[in-house]
Amino acid sequence: MLRTLKTLMYLLTSVALLVSFETGAMAAKKSKTLKKTQKMGFVRCGVSQGLPGFSNADASGNWTGVDVDLCRAVAAATLGDSGKVKFFPLSAKERFTALTSGEIDVLSRNTTWTLSRDADIGLTFVGVNFYDGQGFMVRKSSGITSVNQFKAGVSACTNLGTTTELNMRDFFNSKGIKYEPVTFEKADEVVAAYDAGRCDTYTTDKSGLAAQRIKLSKPNDHIVLPETISKEPLGPVVRQGDAVWEDIVRWSLNVMIEAEEYGITSANADSMKSSDNPAVKRLVGAEGELGAAFGLDNDWSLRIIKQVGNYGESYKRNIADTGILPDRGPNQLWTKGGILYVPPAR
Amino acid sequence: MNHKIKSIIPQLLTLLFVVAVIGFFTINAQLNMDERGIDFGYGFLNQESSFDVQFSLIEYDGSHSYAKAYLVGLLNTILVSVLGIIFCTIIGVIIGIARLSPNYLIRNTAAWYVEFFRNVPLLLQIFFWYYAALRALPLPENTEPLFGVTYLTVKGYYIPRLIWENFDILIYSILAAIISIVFIRNYARKLQEEKGQQLPVLLISVGLLLVFPAITFVTGMVQLEVALPVLKQLSKTSFIYAEGLSVPPELLALVLALSLYTATFVAECVRAGVQGVSKGQKEAAASVGLTPNQILKLVIMPQALRIIIPPTTNQYLNLTKNSSLAAAIAYPDLVLVFAGTALMQTGRAIEIVSITMLTYLTLSLAISLLMNWYNKRIAIKEK
Repeated sequence: MLRTLKTLMYLLTSVALLVSFETGAMAAKKSKTLKKTQKMGFVRCGVSQGLPGFSNADASGNWTGVDVDLCRAVAAATLGDSGKVKFFPLSAKERFTALTSGEIDVLSRNTTWTLSRDADIGLTFVGVNFYDGQGFMVRKSSGITSVNQFKAGVSACTNLGTTTELNMRDFFNSKGIKYEPVTFEKADEVVAAYDAGRCDTYTTDKSGLAAQRIKLSKPNDHIVLPETISKEPLGPVVRQGDAVWEDIVRWSLNVMIEAEEYGITSANADSMKSSDNPAVKRLVGAEGELGAAFGLDNDWSLRIIKQVGNYGESYKRNIADTGILPDRGPNQLWTKGGILYVPPAR
Repeated sequence: MNHKIKSIIPQLLTLLFVVAVIGFFTINAQLNMDERGIDFGYGFLNQESSFDVQFSLIEYDGSHSYAKAYLVGLLNTILVSVLGIIFCTIIGVIIGIARLSPNYLIRNTAAWYVEFFRNVPLLLQIFFWYYAALRALPLPENTEPLFGVTYLTVKGYYIPRLIWENFDILIYSILAAIISIVFIRNYARKLQEEKGQQLPVLLISVGLLLVFPAITFVTGMVQLEVALPVLKQLSKTSFIYAEGLSVPPELLALVLALSLYTATFVAECVRAGVQGVSKGQKEAAASVGLTPNQILKLVIMPQALRIIIPPTTNQYLNLTKNSSLAAAIAYPDLVLVFAGTALMQTGRAIEIVSITMLTYLTLSLAISLLMNWYNKRIAIKEK
């Protein structure tokens, strides 16, 4: 009897051990995408073909922009080096296929978050890194100062395969104006066509208008009309089906925004380790075990802040100082009158 | 028996291999799509497309379905292909014959044309015509009329629009003319074979084609109104021509580039065809007393066409497929509208790309069939 009991105990213990070993293994189990990324040694990041302020390459192939910084943050978190990113310039038309087919792992390309994109085609939006809205650019000499002055027959140049195309239709339909849409695949082609006088107006997200205006032959001859005709929350996208990777990208963005909220910058991040505020200490990895949930070490967020900077630094460097949109508008922290509000990192 | 099996086995293995490859890709795609939560289906074709298209041959706006958007793109592709084929044939024949001209200047100009246009990449030529050539056109308000009532501007080529009343009656009258022409031709052939008399068939045909529709006009059954382009101001500095018909500059650039490029290949086919007919044929025809016109029409061309048609068919197919480069300059063809915007808005890559590929295949096969039929008609009928 005693012997049987002993055997049973033995059996139970081993089963319990086995189970605990299993769950331990589950916690340490990394995401498939993360594993692949670490094996390759770089993050594969889809960006635009050149949108100043968001993702733009200079003559020597260095990418800069807020969308680029998001990918650098993911690289800093997962690989320890924000430089380990391979950028894939994609047209609006190619971007989702590139992501779902596994050619890239993060799409950070001024992409509007919509229901059908999120739910229908195997994508997951992880957050918003720029709140935007669609606007119109016209020639100053046209005397147009408001969208209400457009007349039937107006031709509008825009990008192919974007929400812009749909908003434009909704807008002109609601005004009862017959218009001529001229859609190009590449942004540069749109700008060239508008510049040459093919179109009366160029419509896209206002940030895009501000950025592309620089590329026109005489930027000062053009104005962006004050009206905003749509909501365009732009944000990074990942493939559906890898929840851990999704979390890594989401929280890389959130860390950047929260770091700004707590005043942690790339310059003072190290000294913040001795802060009195536990929220700050968590962000710089001096308290808690935040990285473990993703299968990352505890310095992941510190690396993001040190190597890439917080959201405010990124915005200033890429969008404000370049003269694209010096005023942060809605892209200001909620504490300062904007709508940037992220869940707490704890 | 043994021999039979021997010949079947390799074929069976090949078939198995092909089925296995297709199966592998289908299952692979299925698995990956399941994993990523992408569903597969053609149901989206009935959904509202909610995007507009710049230029359409049929009534279309965003409230119509994706299927209708597909049709818009397809018709635009067919339009540009048909226009391209017509123009490249005309230019190609002229250049091809010019290359055989005894005149040094004409012969060499034609040769230079061919060498230049066929050796510059087509996409570059499309960009040139769209961005360089057409961009140099004036704005609508500064445009001098071309042919009195048309305006070639940077925003498009504005032409008068014809407003028909009872257009169908006109079509019937033309059909009636064509049927009578067929009868007259048969009668003329009979007359020639039996009595050796010749009728001026061409003259009669043209006459009938003019007279029949003219009757419908004179009797007032068909009426035609012409809406001329009128300058309209949109804002202080922006003008368009309203009322008339506007041919978008994208279509002009595309047709121009496609026909100039393909014409070089057609020209070479024509030259090869004419040179392929042996000199003796011409001399023999002349010696039996045929006029130069008759020699060309009855002796040289029938033989040259047999050489010209098959390679020219290839060029027509190339032109049709090359028309998909339209997407680069915003001409709303099948690739831009369906494989571009519709694909983006629905995200259904596999479905849309498969439909598009099948469509181009069908278009190409249709052109092939037509040309093969024509080729068979003009082939030598051995007795």
